Amino acid sequence: MTLVAPVPVQVVDRRSARAFVDAHVVPYADAYDRIGRVPEDLLRHVAAAGLWAPFLPPESGGAGMDLVTLGEVHEEVGRGCSSLRSLLTVHTMVAWTVQRWGTPEQRARWAPGLAAGTTLGAFCLSEPGAGSDTSAIATTAVEGGGGWVLDGVKKWTTGGQRADLFLVFARTAASIGAFLVPRSAPGVRVTPIEDMLGTRASMLAEISFDGVVLGPDALLGPSSGFTAGMVLTGTLDLGRYSVAAGSVGIVQACLEASAAYAACRRVGGRPLAELPLIQAKLSDMVTDARAARLLLAEAGRLKDAGDAGTIMATWIAKYFASTAAVRHAAEAVQIHGANGCSPDYPVARFYRDAKVMEIIEGSNEIQRITIAGQAERETTR
Amino acid sequence: MSHPTAQEQILDFVRGRYPQAEIDAAQDIFALGFVNSLFAMELVMHVEKTFGVTIPNEELRIDNFRTATAMAGLVARLSPTVAAA
Repeated sequence: MTLVAPVPVQVVDRRSARAFVDAHVVPYADAYDRIGRVPEDLLRHVAAAGLWAPFLPPESGGAGMDLVTLGEVHEEVGRGCSSLRSLLTVHTMVAWTVQRWGTPEQRARWAPGLAAGTTLGAFCLSEPGAGSDTSAIATTAVEGGGGWVLDGVKKWTTGGQRADLFLVFARTAASIGAFLVPRSAPGVRVTPIEDMLGTRASMLAEISFDGVVLGPDALLGPSSGFTAGMVLTGTLDLGRYSVAAGSVGIVQACLEASAAYAACRRVGGRPLAELPLIQAKLSDMVTDARAARLLLAEAGRLKDAGDAGTIMATWIAKYFASTAAVRHAAEAVQIHGANGCSPDYPVARFYRDAKVMEIIEGSNEIQRITIAGQAERETTR
Repeated sequence: MSHPTAQEQILDFVRGRYPQAEIDAAQDIFALGFVNSLFAMELVMHVEKTFGVTIPNEELRIDNFRTATAMAGLVARLSPTVAAA
């Protein structure tokens, strides 16, 4: 069974990303979902297309892609396969963090491989007893002997089965620290997590760190709670931006699949597309796709401008896009009827993947609390 | 009409985020109890964008961000021309 097409194209913008995804991802994404992994051939194609970390500057091996364009690229990948987009998301988080907070030595060591995709990154925050609540982190990093010793367990690590470099958040004597941990370090153990509801090919893993000895250069940024909080906030912000983009992609995928199906499927001698109730569903997909895309573009524009408003703009974009993805994936299944519940059409996958978007990189409940807090501040000025 | 100083611009930003608090230039905003890591990130981004500076890792210490006065001092060290304007 062939799971990838043979000739990759260089991705530099939305148009080329769409071409890449249509050729290399869309025809095979359901198969990836069923086998529970993204094949190595596709990972190599992603690298050949320059997709892993194109936002890195040229001196680090990237293409200096702006973040508005990166959002468009991640939307296109998300349109094709949320599992692949998830791998891109966590890799993006690690690569950006190394570039933003790393020392020149750390950047020189890790950035070229991250840019080329020869080193794949994964983000380790969640634990069996802690989600994005850093106050509950139990993994420890103890300073000593000129370096650090890492102990603990991270769970739900996207790409963990395949990643070469883990960005691990751990409790230090003073606060929380962010550490770069090679998979090859003695004491690192990777246990696959399979049979998830959605993003089933994203190669989730539980990562155990058992007395992992790290050098002083494993720590990103100065050892202080102030810095660690910013590293985490900045990293999650970019992850949230990518998830928002992927959610827009899911809405677009639902629209394209549903419109195509409604045009062909006939009921009572007429195409489904002529029924007003179906038209209402399709029109809501069109408007929400555009609205979510605009929110994403605004967040990206603010990122490119270095504007602090991007953090809230990204929360809003992710909240809107992920809830829209769930809503429209459910409607896409509804439009397809029994076919939508079958493996013969991609909408069942969209439906399962969309639900994950409401949970990762800040649950919708946390997002609402944060967005409402902003509204309260603005109205009491 | 004179331009606002770096300290005044920073204070405006902080007051805009927390209008319910009475904050002066010497107030330790982290001691107020409502500053979180999200705001800390926004603060760093605001300072970098407003004054056209890049804050190096070694300056990312909480003491540099406790007060508007401390932040203005940081800006002065990183970009003396801006701070003097």
